[in-house]
Amino acid sequence: MNIVFERHLNILDFTLSSLLRRKGKNLSLLTMYLMVIFMLASLVFFVTALKREAAILLRDAPDMVVQRLVAGRQDLVPTQYADSIASIRGVNGVRPRLWGYYYDGLNGANYTIVADDYMASSPESAVIGNGIARSRSMVVGDLLPLISYDKAPLMLQIRSILPSESDLMAADLIVITSEDFRTLFKFPTGLATDLAVDVGNPKELATVAAKIAQQFPDSRPILKSEILRTYQAIFDWRGGMVVIILASALLSFVIFAWDKATGLSAEERKEIGILKSIGWSTSDVLLLKFWEGVVISLTAFLLGVVLAYGHVFFLSAPLFAQALKGWSVIYPDFRLSPNVDGYQLAVLFFLTVVPYTAATVIPCWRAATTDPDSAMRS
Amino acid sequence: MIMHPAALALLATALLVSGMGVHAGYQGMRILAKWDIRSGSELQLELERKTYLVSTVMSNILVFQLMSLFLYIYTADSLYPLFTGAMCAAGSLNANSFGYPVLSLKVLNFLLAGVWLIVNYADNKGYDYPLIKIKYELLNLLIPLLMLESFLLLGYFAGIKPDIITSCCGSLFSHESGSFSGEIAALPHIPMKIAFFSGIALTFVSGLFFFFKGRGGTLFSVVAILTFLVSAAALVSFVCLYFYELPTHHCPFCLLQKEYGYVGYAMYATLLGGGVAGLGTGVLMPLKKHGSMAQIIPPLQRRLALVTLFCYLLFTLIASWKMYFSALRMG
Repeated sequence: MNIVFERHLNILDFTLSSLLRRKGKNLSLLTMYLMVIFMLASLVFFVTALKREAAILLRDAPDMVVQRLVAGRQDLVPTQYADSIASIRGVNGVRPRLWGYYYDGLNGANYTIVADDYMASSPESAVIGNGIARSRSMVVGDLLPLISYDKAPLMLQIRSILPSESDLMAADLIVITSEDFRTLFKFPTGLATDLAVDVGNPKELATVAAKIAQQFPDSRPILKSEILRTYQAIFDWRGGMVVIILASALLSFVIFAWDKATGLSAEERKEIGILKSIGWSTSDVLLLKFWEGVVISLTAFLLGVVLAYGHVFFLSAPLFAQALKGWSVIYPDFRLSPNVDGYQLAVLFFLTVVPYTAATVIPCWRAATTDPDSAMRS
Repeated sequence: MIMHPAALALLATALLVSGMGVHAGYQGMRILAKWDIRSGSELQLELERKTYLVSTVMSNILVFQLMSLFLYIYTADSLYPLFTGAMCAAGSLNANSFGYPVLSLKVLNFLLAGVWLIVNYADNKGYDYPLIKIKYELLNLLIPLLMLESFLLLGYFAGIKPDIITSCCGSLFSHESGSFSGEIAALPHIPMKIAFFSGIALTFVSGLFFFFKGRGGTLFSVVAILTFLVSAAALVSFVCLYFYELPTHHCPFCLLQKEYGYVGYAMYATLLGGGVAGLGTGVLMPLKKHGSMAQIIPPLQRRLALVTLFCYLLFTLIASWKMYFSALRMG
């Protein structure tokens, strides 16, 4: 056992010194390798962190949202629906929700307006998100003017500004009373935007949804799990798209690695020739090449992953954010919480190290089987 | 649903493995057709060199196969939220008819690639390439299976459609969309316990007999393979229950999750390792007669038997440890 171990150790030692002897060539290979891993790792980390963020945000979402469809488009729900749904067995509570979007011509942004009599306790007051406060440079006590659908101004006094931790959810949020909401949008009474349904037992969700769909054929129940699933599918799909785009970079890298491994310099050929003539067997040289691959791959992989970690979690992934986050005038300013696990690293390993290894197998074998005589002569 | 980074990684790996396999198989066929150990021609020299290429390629394939087996299960596990009713990998693999065949093929290919490398190792020890024909015939069996696996994998990922929000959710609730069970039909636990422990005991008796006396290798190999299958069934039937501490959850995949300390990796690795070594011992039995192999194979077989016993011992220890210390008691 000891002899086997020492053989590997000695060959590794030789590999390291021979890699250092050809610094220029190996550094250029390492840099390319590192960049490819860095790009892919940033992507994988970013997509996973976004998925996790979405899952955390949706944890407090209602179990089910019931919308009403008219001619296939979403329409307002009569509040009487809420009473009938509440009487379905298993339903803990039904809450009619009032919310909508408001376009502000001043800065070209869309605000999300939500009615909540508990948060905005008095009329003509509002709680606003951090993004709006920043964009309109407002502080608590200022007046925020909104134009109602009657063209009459509605002056809202800002009671508080939501903390920036909730930015991802609430950057563009304005919370007002339901009375103000109805005035602002000339919203008809007896109707709500949708209904939030709470069901005690998650296993009963599908049954309750089926009952609602049966009782109100024009309704559209959406489960929290479906929203989560859709988010996950979307983020996976976006991640996959970027991987496809990066595939060309990966392919060029593989070709580059192949080329580097095939085009042995005269010096390297001579080195292998000498090694073989002093008694190294073909499998020893193959082992040398194996360790060379391990050293290069491991260095590139570790460095690339560490750089990507900094890029995504400290700098918020400036290279990918535009493509993956989506956009808006008031965009939440958020920092992703670091979350790296073995699965992501395994995916990265398969996307980078496996193609590299596959590309270098044949060149390595060719180098290892060179005839010592012809290698030293050339 | 191919547009998933892990699915792309798996597909790319399957493609590379098949590509490498086809190349190795082609070289193998050339070697089979033109091999002549007595000749000193340039062709024979080249073929001798090619044997190194084939064995390097095959050892790469073996490593990739093992890693992609776990990545495949893990990916299936991370996809489960996309399907209504799926609770873990068991549900996602059921999402279409390719899921489980791919898994079985991955295990089979891993075992075969392992056996090939054992035969190759023995062959390389001999000075006269005694197993060359057998080795490359075995290769021709393995390569089509590798390619089939890649096709099925593509079929699996191309065929799964996540249940995302549709424009009218009524469609999801109105027809009973088949919900995937996280459960796997399990055998009754008391007969399985008897079978598992007697299988392990038999493997040990025959293994130690073979190790010390050098006889009964075929018997040992057969027993080891049967124990491999019985242990896999036992894992589903009762071992996992002690980990989950839930008498109804028979999922073989949840063991790989963080909640159970990733213990599944250790258990599957020991089981697969033991299986490959046990199968390898048996495959080497009829090859002893070839040339220089008479001196090389017996010590190698003894080492393999020891590896099998060690792996199975570890597996049994992990399983028994949990059976003893688990909060679950089964009557």
